[in-house]
Amino acid sequence: MKIVMVATATHISDSRRPLIQMEGVKVDFGRQHVLRDIDLTVSRGKTLAVIGESGCGKTVLLKTIIGLLRPTRGSVRFDGRNLAELSERELTGQRIRFGFLFQQAALFDSMTIAQNIGFSLRQHTNKGANEIRNVVLARLAEVGLPENILGKKPAELSGGMRKRVGLARALALEPEIMLYDEPTTGLDPIMSDVINELILSTRRQHPVTSIVVTHDMRTARKVADRVVMLYPLPRLRADEPQIIYDGPSDRIEQAADNRVSQFVRGEARERLMEMRQLNGR
Amino acid sequence: METNPTSEIRDPRSAFGGPLGAAVDWIADFGGVLIDWLIGLGNIATFSLRTFGWLLVRLPRKETILPNFYQIGVLSLPVVALTGTFIGMVLVVQSYVQFRNMHLEAKLGAVINMSLVRELGPVLAATMLAGRVGSAMAAELGTMRVTEQIDALVTMGANPIHYLVVPRFLGCLMLIPALTIMADFMGVAGAFFYAVYLLGIDSHHYLENSRHFVGNFDLFVGVFKSLFFGAAIAIIACYRGFNCDPGAEGVGRAATTAFVYSFVMILLLDLLLGIALDGIYYALWPEAPKLF
Ligand SMILES: Nc1ncnc2c1ncn2[C@@H]1O[C@H](COP(=O)(O)OP(=O)(O)OP(=O)(O)O)[C@@H](O)[C@H]1O
Ligand SMILES: [Mg+2]
Repeated sequence: MKIVMVATATHISDSRRPLIQMEGVKVDFGRQHVLRDIDLTVSRGKTLAVIGESGCGKTVLLKTIIGLLRPTRGSVRFDGRNLAELSERELTGQRIRFGFLFQQAALFDSMTIAQNIGFSLRQHTNKGANEIRNVVLARLAEVGLPENILGKKPAELSGGMRKRVGLARALALEPEIMLYDEPTTGLDPIMSDVINELILSTRRQHPVTSIVVTHDMRTARKVADRVVMLYPLPRLRADEPQIIYDGPSDRIEQAADNRVSQFVRGEARERLMEMRQLNGR
Repeated sequence: METNPTSEIRDPRSAFGGPLGAAVDWIADFGGVLIDWLIGLGNIATFSLRTFGWLLVRLPRKETILPNFYQIGVLSLPVVALTGTFIGMVLVVQSYVQFRNMHLEAKLGAVINMSLVRELGPVLAATMLAGRVGSAMAAELGTMRVTEQIDALVTMGANPIHYLVVPRFLGCLMLIPALTIMADFMGVAGAFFYAVYLLGIDSHHYLENSRHFVGNFDLFVGVFKSLFFGAAIAIIACYRGFNCDPGAEGVGRAATTAFVYSFVMILLLDLLLGIALDGIYYALWPEAPKLF
């Protein structure tokens, strides 16, 4: 009765092939263009950080990778297979290899915290209630939350707590790929670092490939092998690439493109001038 | 269900000016509305087919079905019973004077019970279900859509139609007959009480006439129709919820449109099924007793 976890897809796959390959991806919402000509590959076992100002399409990028959004043009290959060519069932089989932390956590609010975290275990494994409870407790401890919230509903938690429950839920099945949408936003500095450490330790425990969307340069520097910076399309000329930085995380401050270095240092001067010009018109 | 960003309908505004331009614009607008409407119809048809498909493939688990059944069935009983009783009594109040003027008081039972069992019971139960359960389902699923919970289900490998729609559909389909029978029963009882105890109509004639004219087929017609109403309510409510517009406003609109569309659909189905079933009835029993 269950969709039993498919381990088969891993051993057929060629381990040298990049796990995620985006080619010429374009995403539009009606007349609004959000992503254009995105070519991006993510190799197995690596962590990629995606930065960029608010509204530039980072969340849209993650949702396109997991197949929640279909690209208007271009293709997304996961483990060599084009997502657009998979049937509903095959797509489901691929999706349970992912863990997705939503920006607003997206917890099921009719369920308790325990049921939220254990959801995919109940759906896709044959584990008994006790076993599931043990996994849930372990995940909860990893994200630094007390046991007494297990019986509560998401509405009774603070925003930061919800975010961490979302993280625990995404990690429950020990996915091969983790997509984190701003994992540390809304957390205090200490808790942010706990989450950074968690991302690192998850990677040490088993070979996980991760994409971390973040505004937090500390997180990007600490967890990522590579950083990609997206630039909002409306402020880009037609011939400029949308990815304006793609390289190691430790040299990003010295990037030649001053849009990148300003973003990383958090300097708003040029942006302010631009905004004044727009308003003055 | 994936949100598909690709659908884009170009707006073919005319380059004409003056009255001709206005006319062309009007035709273009009308065409646009028509196209939207057809697309909507196609989407809801696909949505229903996918729901029916899951019914054949794999049923949801008990834990997801039971809470929905409780909400839909058990919690709706009181309000259905109450409104049923009142409708029965109101019918007596309304018809009594006219029937007395024609000296047909004794036939009152036949007419009232017939309309209760065939029409008012099922329509009333369905309306109550649409108002109480349909709009709540649309609002709940709409909230889930807006707060990305439906997307979260998808990423966790659960099919939202199977997980969210099928239990609600089954609940409405399987429990609306019970609600209809409840409405029928309470309506018949309320009417009898009012007619016999408050208006003093002779109970023997009232009951005899009812028994003579209202048969099992009439009861069956009512319950049979209710199945269609239940299915329509569930599909419309879930569809409105799944296609909810962003924000609190979108959720509110999903809830109200779910009710309005369900109500219109209930009346439309009632008319069509009424015509069809009457045809069947007189084909099967050409000698059936007629009221007058
Ligand atoms: N479902 C949608 N329908 C229409 N437009 C959308 C939708 N989702 C996103 N957009 C648009 O796409 C653009 C990028 O949105 P996105 O959520 O990816 O931004 P982001 O980079 O994640 O920003 P933030 O850092 O604030 O989360 C925005 O301009 C937004 O208006
Ligand atoms: Mg975002």
